[in-house]
Amino acid sequence: MTAARAEQPLVLRITHWANVPLLAVMAASGLQILAAFPEMGAKGAPAGWYPLQGWTPPAWARAGDWLAGARHVHFGVAWLFVANAAVYLVWLAVTDEWRRRAFLPRRDGRNAWQTFAAYLRLRPPPPEQGLYNGLQRFAYTLAIVLGAIEVLSGLALYKPVQFSALAALFGGYEGARAIHLLGLAALLAFTVAHVVLVILHPRAFASIFTGGRRA
Amino acid sequence: MKWSRRQILGFALLPLACDPAKPHEGFLGLTERLNDRVQRALLRPGKLAAEERASAVTPEGEFPLYKVGDDYPAAPADWRLRVHGLVAKPLELSLADLRRLSATEFRVRHHCVEGWSAVASWQGVRVSEIARLCGADRRAKFVEFRSFERGQPSEDGPPVRYTSSWDLESAQHPQTILAYGRNGVPMSREEGAPLRLYSAVKLGYKMVKWVDEVVFQPVRTGGYWEDLGYEWFAGV
Repeated sequence: MTAARAEQPLVLRITHWANVPLLAVMAASGLQILAAFPEMGAKGAPAGWYPLQGWTPPAWARAGDWLAGARHVHFGVAWLFVANAAVYLVWLAVTDEWRRRAFLPRRDGRNAWQTFAAYLRLRPPPPEQGLYNGLQRFAYTLAIVLGAIEVLSGLALYKPVQFSALAALFGGYEGARAIHLLGLAALLAFTVAHVVLVILHPRAFASIFTGGRRA
Repeated sequence: MKWSRRQILGFALLPLACDPAKPHEGFLGLTERLNDRVQRALLRPGKLAAEERASAVTPEGEFPLYKVGDDYPAAPADWRLRVHGLVAKPLELSLADLRRLSATEFRVRHHCVEGWSAVASWQGVRVSEIARLCGADRRAKFVEFRSFERGQPSEDGPPVRYTSSWDLESAQHPQTILAYGRNGVPMSREEGAPLRLYSAVKLGYKMVKWVDEVVFQPVRTGGYWEDLGYEWFAGV
């Protein structure tokens, strides 16, 4: 941990930007698949908790033209999405980058809460940290967890019989389907917050293109 | 896996070769073939789908009853199941013949390609039992199921029979049957009477209704929805 390194090394920048079109294509083809049956719950047992029963996502948010096309896009691009995520996670592990990026509750919990309270103007901001504060670490780690939930619940939907144990973890096929959609909603919320905060902090925005300062 | 020049080119032109209207070609065709292999490798022949509780059975009228023709087809009076192809002994079986064979019953979740699921119990004869009776050849790695139902996949094209080609492993799965009963009563015409294919390990469109032919084949063919662009393996 002595050599100077960029705030956002090249591998991170590449995998980050590759993730943008990949996630967009996965989300849009997923919504096209949803459009074939835009309801939650099994036939004859509609889910009471889902407020959008029967609502079809708008055409601009969908990709793949039709059900078969969208399924092929979804299950084809999924390989690239997972490969990109694997490159990032392996890089994170072998370079020790996880130390300054991952949310470790014991280390970061207090700072995350203080930063959150500062955003709500409930208290002055805690002193600046290194690359990321606790709240940033929490948010970025949460995004990875959400991505993992999407991949795992997606596998459960793809193979509810062969991966029955995995499907059971999500409450069966219908449970996995609900979690797969809720995970998408959460990732969407993350993306909106991410973009807004990055606009408020232009220096961070520059570093994801340039790599930023070396420290 | 040997890569053809066309496949490599397809990968290089990824954004251009990703045409949802032609899902069997280009990048999408490449990943479809990859996914076919992976799905085939994932299928564990002895792995059974879980039995659903009796209370989970979808209420009558709520289980969708799909068809591709204008009307639910009625079986001809002289209906027989013809089993042929790469077999030692071609068979012609009446419904009474089929009912005399050892019966199998299971109550499982049905997975439609559209995303919905539903539950019913199914009674019938295992396809593996039919394969044994006709002496299916070892070279027959695929089974094509044909229906007497006809649909018109394109407006200007001719009507075609509903068919679907299966890998032998899925066809011989213990929960793949030619079903003549549903939820404890004889199969209704809407559900595919007199005989329909039912399986716990495939998506719904693979399960041919109104079956009158089972053909053991050395090569994989397509099917009604498969030829329109839906994936061939479609395992769950």
